This record gives sequence, structure tokens and C-alpha cells, in this order.
Amino acid sequence: MRVLDCNRLALGAVLRAPLRTSMMLLATSIGVGSVLLLTSLGESARDYVSGEFQSLGTRLLIVFPGKTETSGNMPGSLAGSVERDLTLDDARAVQRSPNVEILAPIVVGSMPVSYGGLERDTTVLGTTYDFMAIRGWEMGSGEFLPDVDFDRAPPVCVIGRTVKKELFKEQSAIGNWLRVGGRRCRVVGVLGTTGTSLMIDANEIVLVPVAYAQVLFDVSGLFRIIIQAKDRGDMAAAKRDVTEIIKRRHYGEEDVTVITQDAVLATFDGIFDALTRALAGIASISLIVAGVLIMNVMLVAVSQRTREVGLLKALGATRRQIIALFLTEAVFLALFGGLAGLGVGYLATFALDAAFPDFSFTPPLWAVAAAFLVAIASGMFFGILPARKAANLDPIAALAGRQS
Amino acid sequence: MIKLEQLCRNFQVGDQVVRALDKLNLEIASGEYVSIMGPSGSGKSTLLNALGLLDSPTSGDYWLDDIRTATMGDDELAVIRQHKIGFVFQAFHLVPRMSAFENVELPMVLAGLSPTERQRRVKTALERVGLGTRVDHRPDQLSGGERQRVAIARAIVMEPTILLADEPTGNLDSKSGREIVDIMEDLNRQGLTLIVVTHDPAIGRRAGRQIRMEDGRIAKDGKREQNGEQAGPESIA
Repeated sequence: MRVLDCNRLALGAVLRAPLRTSMMLLATSIGVGSVLLLTSLGESARDYVSGEFQSLGTRLLIVFPGKTETSGNMPGSLAGSVERDLTLDDARAVQRSPNVEILAPIVVGSMPVSYGGLERDTTVLGTTYDFMAIRGWEMGSGEFLPDVDFDRAPPVCVIGRTVKKELFKEQSAIGNWLRVGGRRCRVVGVLGTTGTSLMIDANEIVLVPVAYAQVLFDVSGLFRIIIQAKDRGDMAAAKRDVTEIIKRRHYGEEDVTVITQDAVLATFDGIFDALTRALAGIASISLIVAGVLIMNVMLVAVSQRTREVGLLKALGATRRQIIALFLTEAVFLALFGGLAGLGVGYLATFALDAAFPDFSFTPPLWAVAAAFLVAIASGMFFGILPARKAANLDPIAALAGRQS
Repeated sequence: MIKLEQLCRNFQVGDQVVRALDKLNLEIASGEYVSIMGPSGSGKSTLLNALGLLDSPTSGDYWLDDIRTATMGDDELAVIRQHKIGFVFQAFHLVPRMSAFENVELPMVLAGLSPTERQRRVKTALERVGLGTRVDHRPDQLSGGERQRVAIARAIVMEPTILLADEPTGNLDSKSGREIVDIMEDLNRQGLTLIVVTHDPAIGRRAGRQIRMEDGRIAKDGKREQNGEQAGPESIA
């Protein structure tokens, strides 16, 4: 039997049983379609998060106090070493590194702010002039914090849009005195940037000079130092440099953690990769179900066409030929189902794309290929049993319409 | 040329062993016209299945054109069936979703003949059974007589040496039945060995050699007689 003829016969059997074929189409296409849809959801979440990180600029280093990884050292209490605060002096020393372009020390906390009779709790973030350049924020009106030495604490603040609207209503905020905690500071600017990035909501924030924030929160240390390196290409050198500088200042104790944005990104990437794969795995269960359905449909086909199998045997069909015919038929069912599934999946993602223009839904190519191939493979795998059953029929019994 | 030697075929029915064929010896020369008759359960269908290599004998030997078939595997038998034996069934056994053309083509598709060769042979075969037109009709669009013609065309399209017919007129009215018998006898005159299993004495009597089966044995094996003497026993069946 020629390959082309085998395909033609199997295709004929598939096409001339339209109801059966369309049921299979439905089952397999739901399977393939759901793989496409779920993986595109996963990918979209990942794209969204990595987009958030990219918006920070790719030359970012973040320094925070404490070691996240255990070294081989004895615990601090036993060795007599104490974890030191990250200080403004550390920041100033790091600033002098040739690898560092700009940096911004950060102190953050929550505090009630009020103006007139209105009060609300909000995030108060102490930082310096360069913060705006590093984050790429924009001013709506007025100016950002003044470019003064880290130690100086002029009583000024910059407020987010929501804070402005809630406390000052329609009147201008700039030039007015805002009460922050127990102190007062003059509003010098209102942020133009809106939206949340990295858990900081630009709408709901009051920015004050870092030294002022230390006084407000009564702390001597820093929460973070964010650093923009000079050269994108040599982030590793910048990281080494920064670590070394602070280590030297902390009497040889490496008690801070420096992470690059790439590292953070890689972590999130890993998480979302796992998520996408898990979703693909869940969705492919439906492909297996579709495969079992193919098996059922083919078993029914074999019993419905028992006489035909008997005839084929009488006409000289070998076992292999009968297996080939029924297996090809199963694969055709899976193939058509897979194609329909690609259609369904892409249609659904286009619909999602249209419904949520802020996110982009595109099923990853590996998922498309995998879903399609798994569909066909399951058709082939689950087609084996019915095909073997057909091939094993006794010709005389089969001609009489009996299965044994 | 068919030669059976001490051919046995036993079936297990419950605790009992039924000897459907009991030490059968039979020779049929090429080009013979043989009818096999006998009551139900006499083993005539089992004999036909054995002759058609659809069934393997329990013991004994079967030589087909000097090929010893008793020791062959299923797939070897399939290939011999393909080239040497054509079947005509009572229930026609046409594939309902295929046109007359495709049904006749089927054995050649399995044998892997080229499409042009198939085209040519289908045309010839359908003409030989007097069905030049209506080749695109599906079985449900054909009359019983036409269906059996398609089936005969399918049986001879591989140019076999033996045509085995199992109650070929059983599902037909008498007029169509006669036409079908005429066609098969025509083919026999052209050299094809024709073996017909039938209940119908009127058809059985037409054969040049008439075999009567009883209890798995050949009860009678004789040449055609002009008078109706042999009609008596068959009518009991």
C-alpha cells in the first residue's frame, strides 16, 4: 500500500463521518486552545513584570543592609561582630567610585500627613536629588528635592498626585506647609508620574530629603541605596566595587547585599517561567483527555467497521496495513483537532488582547509547537490500541460482523 | 489447482469439539466450475473459508498452485489471497462510504499498484461485469444486482485464479440472481476456477461438478446430470 493511498483512505474515513470528526475536533481543539491561552497568560504576566523592571533602567544596583546568603562565618554574636547600618557616609563613599554615575540613598516609612483639617496616612520616602533621574520620574509642577549634600535636611517635600488632590483639593499645593509626622515642610513640587512600579505608588507618596526622613523616623541607617552604574557592560565590576567599598568601611565585614537589576529580573523570570510551564502542564492534561477520547472514538469506529476490517483482510490486507490505516485515521483526527485548536487559541488571545490593551497576550512559540505536537502524539499513542484491535480481528468473524 | 489432504478443522463449542471438516480430501483442477451444497452445519462454509485461506486448518494440508499453505503465517496468507483468490459474498461487503470505482480499486490499493494501472483495471473489470456506467455511485445508490456486480468486479480486478462465491444470490431477487450467475459462469468460461457455495439447488445444479457436504465430509462428488435426480436431497436443506 502506498503512503499516499493510506492517507487518502484514512482521510476518506475521517471526512465521511462528519459528526464523529467534529466531536473530536471540538475535544482536541479545546485542549490545544487552552494550552495556548494559559501559556499566553503566563507569558503576559512575565512580560508585564519584566517591563516594570526595564523601566527602571538596566544599569541599576540595589544595596541593602544584611547578608541574604549565609557565608561560612560563625554567627555574628559568637564572633563578636555586629551587623552595621548602611549609612549616609557609606553612600557618600560609594558615590566616589569611578564605576558609579549617580546614586540615591533611601529611607522609607509610613506616616500621617496633614494639611488644614485633612489628614491621611501615606508613604514617606526620604531620598536625594538624583532619585528622580534614576527612576526616570517626571514633575507635574514645581521642582524636585534640592540638589544639596546628603546630610542637609531642608524642610521641603514633593508630593504625589493623589496626596495633592486629597489634601489640597483644587488649590495649589506649592509653597504651602505640609505637616509630616510631628514636623512641617514646604511643598516644592507635585509629581507628574503616576502609577505603581516596584510597589511604590507614585500617586501616594511624599518625598522628603533623606536626612530629614532620618529625623522623622528617628533612624540612623538607610533602607536602601539605589545606584546607577556608569557602564551597562560592566555591572559585575560595579557590583564588586560597591561591595568592596562598603566592606572596607565596615571593618572588613561584608554585611550588605548588592543586587543587580538583572539578578532581580532573572529571579522573576524564573518564577514566571515556572508559572507558564505549570499552566502549560495543566492545560496539556486536556490534551491527554482528548487523546483518550480519540481512543474511544477509534474503538467505536473499529466495532462499527468490523465487517470492513474483515473485508480488508479477505482482500489481502496485512496486519501492518490495517494498523497503518486506523492509526493514520487517528492521527488525522488529532491533526485536524490540533489545527482547529491553534485557531481557537489564537482567536482567544486576540480577543484578550483587544479586551485588555494594557497587556499583550501572545502564546509563546514553544507552547504552540508543543501543544500541536502533543496533540498529534496523543492521537498516535491512543490510536495504537484500536488499530491493533482491528488488526487482530479474525477475518471470518469480522465478515460476519462479530468482534471475536 | 487446489489439493486438500486429510484436512481437519475443529471448533471448540463449550466442552465439545465440533469437527467442521473431517479428514477432507479434495482436488479441484484449474478452470473447474464446482458447487458445494449441503445442509446448514455440514461444513460447506468452513470449507470455503479454508479454501479462501481465511481460516487455518487444525490439521492436514492444503496445496494451492503447488504452494503449501498450511504452515504459513497470517500475513503470508494475506498476500496469497490478494493475488490468487477473489471473494464474492452474500452480503456484498462493499464499503458504504466509497464509490463503486473506489470499492473495485481497493484490493489494488492494498497491493500498491500505481494509480494509472488501477484506473485501467477498474474500467476493464467493471465492463466485464456489465457495469460501465454508474462508477461514481455509492453502494446505497445501487440496486442489489448492481452491488453484487461491483463486488464481482472487485473480486476479479487482481486477476486471481480462483473465484469463491458464498451464497452469491442469497440477497438477490431471482432475475438479478440469474444475471449474477451468468456473469460468474462467463468468467469461468474465460478460465477462472469458480467455486460456489449455495443452498439453491437450481444454482448448484448448473455447476460442472457438484459436491455435497454432510457432517464435515464429502457425501457426494459428481458431474452434472441432465435430469433432476439430484434435486431431491438438496431441497431438504
